[in-house]
Amino acid sequence: MASSPATTAPATTEQSGAELLLKALVDQGVEVIFGYPGGAVLPIYDAIFGQNALRHILVRQEGGAVHAAEGYARSTGKVGVVLVTSGPGATNAVTGLTDALMDSIPIVCLTGQVPTHLIGNDAFQEADTTGITRPCTKHNYLVKDVKDLARVVHEAFHVAKSGRPGPVVIDLPKDVLFAKGPYTPADEVKHKSYNPRRTPDAAAVAKAVEMMAQAKRPLFYTGGGVINSGPEASELLTKLVRATGFPCTSTLMGLGAVPASDPLFLGMLGMHGMYEANWAMHDCDLMIAVGARFDDRVTGRLTAFAPHSKKIQIDIDPSSINKNVRVDLPIVGDCGETLAEMLRLWKGKKPKSDGKALAAWWKQIEEWKKRDCLRYEQSSTIIKPQYALQRLQALTKGHDTYITTEVGQHQMWAAQFLKFDKPNHWMTSGGLGTMGYGLPAAMGVQIAHPDALVIDVAGEASILMNIQELSTIAQYRLPVKVLILNNQYMGMVRQWQELLHGGRYSESYMDSLPDFVKLAESFHCVGLRATKPSEVDDVLKEMIKVKKPVMVDMIVDQKENCFPMIPSGAAHNEMLLGPADNQGSGPKDKPISEEGMVLV
Amino acid sequence: MTQPQPTARHTIAVLVDNEPGILARVVGLFSGRGYNIESLTVSETDAHAHLSRITIVTTGTPMVIEQIKAQLDRLVPVHKVCDLTLGGPAVERELALVKVAATGEKRVESLRIADIFRARAVDSTIKSFVFEVTGSTDKINAFIALMEPLGLVEVSRTGVVAIARGGQGL
Ligand SMILES: Cc1ncc(C[n+]2csc(CCOP(=O)(O)OP(=O)(O)O)c2C)c(N)n1
Ligand SMILES: [Mg+2]
Repeated sequence: MASSPATTAPATTEQSGAELLLKALVDQGVEVIFGYPGGAVLPIYDAIFGQNALRHILVRQEGGAVHAAEGYARSTGKVGVVLVTSGPGATNAVTGLTDALMDSIPIVCLTGQVPTHLIGNDAFQEADTTGITRPCTKHNYLVKDVKDLARVVHEAFHVAKSGRPGPVVIDLPKDVLFAKGPYTPADEVKHKSYNPRRTPDAAAVAKAVEMMAQAKRPLFYTGGGVINSGPEASELLTKLVRATGFPCTSTLMGLGAVPASDPLFLGMLGMHGMYEANWAMHDCDLMIAVGARFDDRVTGRLTAFAPHSKKIQIDIDPSSINKNVRVDLPIVGDCGETLAEMLRLWKGKKPKSDGKALAAWWKQIEEWKKRDCLRYEQSSTIIKPQYALQRLQALTKGHDTYITTEVGQHQMWAAQFLKFDKPNHWMTSGGLGTMGYGLPAAMGVQIAHPDALVIDVAGEASILMNIQELSTIAQYRLPVKVLILNNQYMGMVRQWQELLHGGRYSESYMDSLPDFVKLAESFHCVGLRATKPSEVDDVLKEMIKVKKPVMVDMIVDQKENCFPMIPSGAAHNEMLLGPADNQGSGPKDKPISEEGMVLV
Repeated sequence: MTQPQPTARHTIAVLVDNEPGILARVVGLFSGRGYNIESLTVSETDAHAHLSRITIVTTGTPMVIEQIKAQLDRLVPVHKVCDLTLGGPAVERELALVKVAATGEKRVESLRIADIFRARAVDSTIKSFVFEVTGSTDKINAFIALMEPLGLVEVSRTGVVAIARGGQGL
């Protein structure tokens, strides 16, 4: 050992890699880890055993751990933390990591790795985790020296949560977890290259406000970036929308930023968005995009997208700007900071907006609203999925309700029929569209909000993809509710087959489904079933009342389709409406273009 | 359908942390997003700060080039991205080693052409030469084309390295 006491830390301050890791997590404010053990991470589990600062939630499959961390992160604004073993543990996490990348969810995922001297030797449970996860993480690290460990953890949290958030993997060889090393406090770590810009260009913001004052048919188009920017950003957005009196529409990911109950809010836009929202998008002369990335589910056919509009785009990620759609005024910055400045300038503005033009614009929007695009044919014998969700909306009033979803028709109906008045209360897999997301996500939400009413709106196909997590839910006594809209089909697949493939329902019928009530009971949950419209209220009330995990098997119309729908490759003004449309344009009289057929 | 936009060739310099995996990140970005790489060179340029400089030549529409730069800049170990093509004409050079096997008049001709291109013979046998030639990509292409009928055996090229003109650094 070196002789100078000034440069050599006494041996007693050195801790094992596993201990350093936990210390760094605690210093980062972590309270909960979602994980699953295995050989490569046993030293970390040993360190977890001897402490109380971190709570470990034992999931039943690593995929569930990442989605749970996503639900936790999205409902709290904090970074979600995952711990999995090497090899299969890490590969099982890949779907969740990709999901978090697409939806910009801050996650730190710790993966075990074989000891450094075995890396590359095809050792037992070795996988090239950094190689596999490179394209599905915002960044990843392989820690080869215990001296770097604490610094890397602090850096990983910085990367995961700053700029456009995303998942970060830290791959931890087992020998590094045993090796002793010094601790690096968080405040000594400053990232060399990654410090994204938050404050917008003042001149650009002033120009934006100028454009807004001159607009005749303006529209706010807001997305998940507003939610990611924090609850203040949602508040500022709502204030700005109200101060301007402009209509506002939101992407799937942005729901809840502006209260759904606000008369200025037109609802969701896009493939299954509202008639009035999509038409407003098509006809607007000024689009103010805030934290939204012009996803293909939103734009429809690009060449026909909002053809008469000037576009302002606010985004913290410069690569989101001008990616799919060229905008006239890009503003790189944090949504919250930018909205605050816009609001300040707007309030100071004398002439305000063109009141007459705005009134005419609203008159037009009211016309579109009259189309009543969510209208469906009610039945007295069979439960319509829309009806079930309308009742859910009514019966959960007054509760602190968090909704997660799986992926499919039920997800789109949930986005259409449930009303979100607050941010961070709606968790859904938007970018990746991951079936199996909702149940573990609900678990993560419930861990963060033990007293809230957390409901996974599910399809019978999706729920089977991570059904094992019912066991986790039982273990931690999480009163999560699962509402299965059981149409015995992969409904969204069936809908596309009906509209695009001549009704040839190839492999989309869900045969041999389990008895969900018995299944729930076998997982120590309460199982309920509704088969008739007259039973819906009672079953939902019971579901809400019971202070235990509940799974509801709601048997709904097998044939119901989700409308409005912009078929792939079509424009916003080429929406299909359902059979109950008051202008009688049935969905079948508009064929889908060949170009549209190849689109997903 | 929109008219296809014209594409242009751009030389982009990227300053990165010299750490494992960085090249894979850059190359993976290009392949994953379907961008084009015409040439790519990389080497450490600041050993003290552990910085490497990657020079990428790519082609794309203005929107794609803008995306490429934004996507590169978003990579965590990337310090700086500079489009050398935008900043006026930059100095761009490639080095090639060109092996030619020829005898008689063809051998003499290959030497004559090498002289015109200021290429040096860095290896020679009675039946062959290895020429070292530097210059723009066009110059090297021209040299190789001329060597083709004279007995070209193989070529090894570095790809483009580039630097902006004038006194300013990256
Ligand atoms: C992991 C995964 N595999 C496949 C798909 C394709 N997919 C999208 S929706 C869907 C059907 C979902 O069926 P269900 O959960 O019953 O929901 P429904 O549409 O019937 O409401 C499928 C297979 C997907 N989104 N995710
Ligand atoms: Mg279904």
